[in-house]
Amino acid sequence: MSEPVIKCESVYKIFGENAETMLKKANGNVDAKTFQENGCIVGVNNASFEVSKGEMLVVMGLSGSGKSTLLRCISRLTDATGGKIFIEGQDLLNLNNKELIDLRRNKMGMVFQSFALLPHKTVVENIAFPLQIKGINTGESINKAMDMVKLVGLDGRENYFPRELSGGQQQRVGIARSLAVEPDIWFLDEPFSALDPLIRKEMQDEFLRLQEKLQKTIMFITHDFDEALKLADRIAIMKDGIIEQLDTPANIVLNPATEYVRKFTEEVPREKVLLIKDVMDSPTTENIGDLKVLRDEIIENVAEKILTQEKTVAVIDNNNNIVGSINPTKIINTVFGGRKNSN
Amino acid sequence: MEILKKYPKLFQWLFLLIVFFALCFAIDVPETYKFIRGQAEFVKDPNQSTFVFLGKEVRYYAFDVFWRLPPLLGWLPIWINDSLFFLMNDWMPMEFWNEDTQEYKTRPLVLQITRNLTAFMTFLIELIREILLGGLETIVAFTSWDWIDANPWAELPGLPWTIVAAGSAILAYKLGGRGLAIFAGLAMTYISIFGQWKPSMQTLSFILVAAPLSFIFGLSLGIAAFKSKRVEKALYPILLVMQTMPQYAVLVPALVLFGVGDHAAVIITMIVAVPPMILLTLLGLRAVPPEVIEAGRMSGCNNWQLMFKVLIPTARRDILIGVNQVIMVCFSMAVISAFIGAKGLGFNLLLALNQLNIGLALEAGLCISLIAILLDKMSLAWANKQVDYFGNLNFFQRNKNSLFFGLIMIVGIALAYFGSIYFKGGYNYLFEVPHNKGISTADFWNKGVDWIFDTFFVYIKAFNTWLIVEVLQPMRALYLRMPAIATIVLVVGAGYLIGGIRSALVVCGLTLFIALSPWWDRALVTTYMATFGVIVSCIIGFTVGTLCFQNKHSTKFMLNVCDIFQTFPSFVYLIPVMMLFGITDTSVLIAVIVYATIPATRYTIEGLRSVPSGLHDAATMSGVTKFQRLFKIEFPLAFPHMMLGLNQTIVFALFMVIIGAFIGTEDLGQYILKALSDKKGAGIGLTLGICVAFIGLIFDNLIRTWVDKRKKHLGID
Repeated sequence: MSEPVIKCESVYKIFGENAETMLKKANGNVDAKTFQENGCIVGVNNASFEVSKGEMLVVMGLSGSGKSTLLRCISRLTDATGGKIFIEGQDLLNLNNKELIDLRRNKMGMVFQSFALLPHKTVVENIAFPLQIKGINTGESINKAMDMVKLVGLDGRENYFPRELSGGQQQRVGIARSLAVEPDIWFLDEPFSALDPLIRKEMQDEFLRLQEKLQKTIMFITHDFDEALKLADRIAIMKDGIIEQLDTPANIVLNPATEYVRKFTEEVPREKVLLIKDVMDSPTTENIGDLKVLRDEIIENVAEKILTQEKTVAVIDNNNNIVGSINPTKIINTVFGGRKNSN
Repeated sequence: MEILKKYPKLFQWLFLLIVFFALCFAIDVPETYKFIRGQAEFVKDPNQSTFVFLGKEVRYYAFDVFWRLPPLLGWLPIWINDSLFFLMNDWMPMEFWNEDTQEYKTRPLVLQITRNLTAFMTFLIELIREILLGGLETIVAFTSWDWIDANPWAELPGLPWTIVAAGSAILAYKLGGRGLAIFAGLAMTYISIFGQWKPSMQTLSFILVAAPLSFIFGLSLGIAAFKSKRVEKALYPILLVMQTMPQYAVLVPALVLFGVGDHAAVIITMIVAVPPMILLTLLGLRAVPPEVIEAGRMSGCNNWQLMFKVLIPTARRDILIGVNQVIMVCFSMAVISAFIGAKGLGFNLLLALNQLNIGLALEAGLCISLIAILLDKMSLAWANKQVDYFGNLNFFQRNKNSLFFGLIMIVGIALAYFGSIYFKGGYNYLFEVPHNKGISTADFWNKGVDWIFDTFFVYIKAFNTWLIVEVLQPMRALYLRMPAIATIVLVVGAGYLIGGIRSALVVCGLTLFIALSPWWDRALVTTYMATFGVIVSCIIGFTVGTLCFQNKHSTKFMLNVCDIFQTFPSFVYLIPVMMLFGITDTSVLIAVIVYATIPATRYTIEGLRSVPSGLHDAATMSGVTKFQRLFKIEFPLAFPHMMLGLNQTIVFALFMVIIGAFIGTEDLGQYILKALSDKKGAGIGLTLGICVAFIGLIFDNLIRTWVDKRKKHLGID
């Protein structure tokens, strides 16, 4: 596997006057309480992870959990207090101002919760803004921006001002703007949190469609666990600045690492989240039926078929090789069984 | 007792009032006390006491310390004055090359700097003035008088008025569309036909220099203050004082530093116009949402781009209000600086007022107001302009405005040429309608004034007498009857009750400064006039504002009226009141009331509008009547904002009271006006200005502290 696009090594972000000396003294053992007593607030506590190319990492946490702070450390909107951050192998914290600006102009795009559109510019001007900042001339940047307007489905509204648009439309502008420079890395800070549920669902689908097309490396912040499950390749769950668990959605649902994570998973409709491969047993020849199901199928889609079988069902991969088996009781156990899972 | 427990503050206030009145009654008026009318400080009266401080002798009438504090700060104006003179005439003499006499001359550094500065300003003003009116000075600046004598053809010809009028209409069209264009064309044509062209263009050239310079300085200082805490801390006290300092007072020291004329006026205007611009820039930049800044950073902005492409445009609304303020101040100063010899409409206005020629004054005032409104609307339209990227235009469509202007240029010159033949020997009306050769309505207005006087004299006189005898005189006597110590106790006590020890100390310092200056009595008179004006203004403003708020259209209409009235230079308000009430205190007070009602009305409406609609609905659903809603919901919540309006009302009232000195009042303003014609007036003028500013600041501090507390209590912003 190639080099990770984003790599964090024990990143700390501590707010307060003597944060750095405090961090040094703590010697890698940061306790939020003692820090708070000394007038420091711990934003991010020892975050280490990697994001590889084309992967979507969703950081999930409630407000105040440090997820936004973590994102701002990685985009270097704030400077991390300790630790190392690498963007495509470049040491982010050692970049000088000019290199940082270069990186942002060419590699990074970011979408904000409150849209953060420039109120004095029209839709197309807003989208063209990062291009013009880069020094691309007006005509060319406007043309490029028009492509983006079409990409997010706002054609016909390019001359509107942000205040004349609905929330969902404004966020489409925000998304288009962040994509205008064709960045490799895409940061989204609770992009859909300020939207109505219906619009939010629509935007999530739209977002998945875009991602399928563009294959960016993504860090996506949300406080909505369902949203995280729906979108993520991997999920990082944060609490009080600490990453409690970082894993695939299935593993988080099946094997919550801490009590805190388990609470989130309790109400999750598993048949909608888990795939066949997440719950299948090893291949068997005993009592096998004729039905075959794909290993990457969501349980919900095939549950009915499997449950009407009496025999064990074979699980195959895309090349029609048998890779596992599953019997109806397993499905029943997974979906309706006690929440304690015995995988 | 129940009440006292429920409202402990009420008890404290009552106690303060009791102490205040006890002091008032306990301290008798000294027998020798009288309101000093003349300039007694220059007469050697054996009854006066003296003291010497820093080598300056201060003479004053001594009273019981409880009645009036001795003017321990009496040396300050003299000292300021002497320091200024020393700075200008003796400090750091240096050799400078003199172009005119072709030799080195010894000149003090400060004098040289100020002279260079004024020369630069003069050049800028003359440049614009001569483009509009024609003249020699600009060419002289690049060559010399000898060269001009040798080349008599070299003269800027000036633009015919037709071109300027059409040009401004085209510019207005480009910026704001047809409505603005028609207004611009009509305004300019009016100015020309009514024979005010030359002074108007002089005023315009003054403003076209002063306003952009003030804008640039204000914006850059605002940015500097935004970027650096230290700069902000250094600027803050100056900004605060300048906000309440009457514009008159700045004239006097500037007179010493920069001399007399348009250039000095530009510099003074900048001194007055820059502070509000700084404040509003700072306010606007602070209010930019952090996510917008982050979005700018993530788009890869460097610091420069972030400031000029993200922060400033996003803060545009506040900055625009700043521009609006700058233009307002500039026009206000265009009139006031006529006192120090600035040419233009302001000069004509003052002259006409001095001669009591109300008709002429009205015409000049109308022209100033027209130009003010025009520039205000144009600057607003400019900031709101939008670019069209997609219009597929050909060359003619794209450049139609420039082409049209070119055409106008040709037609205008042709017309002017035609005029020079047609009106041979006389005035070329197609080039410039000379001053007082246009249509004049002055006679009509003067006759109107005479008619009003003839018809209503009895009533006006009766009203006037009643007001002065029954209201103003007793009120004034009451204010003067307050022993100094009682006043200080009252003010400091109020400060303590509102803002605690800190507020009390600030207010105490400000009051002591005034009490220890030689002008306590005058300050009391100023305060009495301002108080009267503020009370009446607030009653009118709050009532009108509340009534207008009941209906969407009337709300909008009233805000527009406020906008337009605010654009009028303050001096213009004196014209109609002099027309009706002649030269009395009543005139001044009515001008004060009219002027100060603007902010009172505006803030009332804005305050009521800021009440969240959710609360409005909640109240309606609880079944309140309109009146209950107004008194139980809207007023309490709008009150903090309305108090800020009171603050503005006080500042406006103070300004107008001081300007009222022109009509003749017996307060601080009168002394400021006197200082203008006094060779040693700089120190006096400045100190008087600070006194007025401090009166304003005392109220400002009390009101702001209260509003902040109240807002926190109500959980508003």
